Amino acid sequence: MKEIVIISGKGGTGKTSIAASFASLAAEKAVFADCDVDAADLHLILKPTIRQRTEFRSGHRALIKSNLCTGCGRCIELCRFEAIAKRKSDDKIPEIDPVACEGCGVCVRFCPSQAIDFNEEVCGEWFISDTRFGPMVHAKLGVASENSGRLVTLVRNEAKRVAKDKGAAYVLIDGSPGIGCPVIASLTATSLALIVTEPTVSGNHDFRRIAGLTRRLGVPAMVCVNKWDINPEKTEEIKAYALQEGLTFAGMVQYGKTATIAQRAEKCIVEFPDSKMAADIKNIWVKVNEWLKKQ
Amino acid sequence: MKIAIASGKGGTGKTTVSTNLAFFLCEVNDNVVYLDCDVEEPNGHLFLNPVLSEKIVSSIPVPVVDESKCDICGECVRFCEYKALVRLGKTVMVFPELCHGCGGCTLVCPQHAIQEQPREIGFVESGNSGKIGFVHGRLNIGEAMSPPLIRGVLRQIHSDGVNIIDAPPGTSCPVIASIRDVDFVVLVTEPTPFGLNDLGLALDMVRELGVPHGVVVNRAEEDNRDAENFCEKKQVEILTKIPDDRRIAECYSKGGMILKDVPDVRKNFEELWNAIRKRVKE
Ligand code: SF4
Ligand code: SF4
Repeated sequence: MKEIVIISGKGGTGKTSIAASFASLAAEKAVFADCDVDAADLHLILKPTIRQRTEFRSGHRALIKSNLCTGCGRCIELCRFEAIAKRKSDDKIPEIDPVACEGCGVCVRFCPSQAIDFNEEVCGEWFISDTRFGPMVHAKLGVASENSGRLVTLVRNEAKRVAKDKGAAYVLIDGSPGIGCPVIASLTATSLALIVTEPTVSGNHDFRRIAGLTRRLGVPAMVCVNKWDINPEKTEEIKAYALQEGLTFAGMVQYGKTATIAQRAEKCIVEFPDSKMAADIKNIWVKVNEWLKKQ
Repeated sequence: MKIAIASGKGGTGKTTVSTNLAFFLCEVNDNVVYLDCDVEEPNGHLFLNPVLSEKIVSSIPVPVVDESKCDICGECVRFCEYKALVRLGKTVMVFPELCHGCGGCTLVCPQHAIQEQPREIGFVESGNSGKIGFVHGRLNIGEAMSPPLIRGVLRQIHSDGVNIIDAPPGTSCPVIASIRDVDFVVLVTEPTPFGLNDLGLALDMVRELGVPHGVVVNRAEEDNRDAENFCEKKQVEILTKIPDDRRIAECYSKGGMILKDVPDVRKNFEELWNAIRKRVKE
């Protein structure tokens, strides 16, 4: 079973549109995982029917019990995340900002009056669903919650488990933008990363950083350029850099209205088979499979 | 004044709006600062081309265990909420990438065997782009934790100036670290199903934080009212609508400033700024 992750560095390059098209092209042979847990969009196209829903509990959050707190201020001194403060200077009891709290537990352990509770947190929910192309594992991170990296790992592991049970050939992962914690969690130890970028100065800049991350994690990467005809020179620049860095160039998708039309119709681009964009994406899927076969 | 520009979905035009807003404001205000908190993929510098004069390394304190003092009691391992410490045979191993730098293990160690050492996670650079003060953070590749670096960027806020904060995309910890103390959040969206879905998530987030906010619709199409309908339903003000214009896309792709290349958008930034000012005064 191959795990293919679709990532972008920069957001908004068309990662999810391509992931959804791949879902259609790999239909019945794949399990899908939406690892963009804090701005998930894949479900808007794949329209999952939820089969199983589970709470995601992870980490703790500190809470001062006002009846036990003497207002000594020890917790304020110890918290490294600027999460504890007295709201007004003449307040007796400090407050913990639940959003800034990273749940380290230092204040809880060292409060001389044992006045701080440390409850496990519900940080979101995750789902196993059915779609018209096969099973999908996805999640919803709670509002202003932490631990997106752990949720990504959970979604990936569940998708792998479902794929094994089903004997699926692929797990297709829609990753998140950036290079930080959820991205590292979606990339680590996958079979292949497909980087979707766009021919803009920022697309190029962010592509180099995400390519650096794949190299660092030892994940083989392919690159494709979306909306390539917006700036053919930049496209060439990206291609040249990719080859120079030993990445495989997977192809280009031309700019077109089909992307938005498909989104509004809740369909993937390849479900508009006559569009030029669909043809471009199919070519990339062929390239990805050729690459996987060679391994 | 602190204004953050955010968006649930990436690529909606957050950086375009924030760099151009800073550029627009610097004509009338001498103390405008642009702070790029998208430290995973900072892009503002590509458009503002700042002259950078200062660089501060950002680090978090991580534990180092002195084996001669450690009697492997395991107190620190049990304490660490992030599993950054693991007992392996006769030693305690530290996994620095997992450490949040809370300092707890140092405090709980009965043998005083733990000391802290700074570990670099990235750096904050600052300088000027013409009249605009410029600050950005760059997370080192391979680092997972951006909030401490974001806090480093925000330490350079000018308390008496207008601060434009370019927040990272999404709705999790890095965004929250960027917007929790601002006066106003501008949420940039595009009128597509993905754009509006993610705008909904971003609205839930700013409402949870209790920060005043409004929406900029980017790439607005004449014949499509999806964004207007959505905002009406969610009862959120549209501050301005920037039209879908190929000239803007091309200018952006080359790293240009749309206020210079596409003069029609000046009225959008006037509208945006007037709307923000009205709301922040309230
Ligand atoms: S648990 Fe840690 S981060 Fe949260 S308030 Fe206590 S010391 Fe601060
Ligand atoms: S400093 Fe905190 S997060 Fe880091 S290893 Fe020690 S207990 Fe864990």
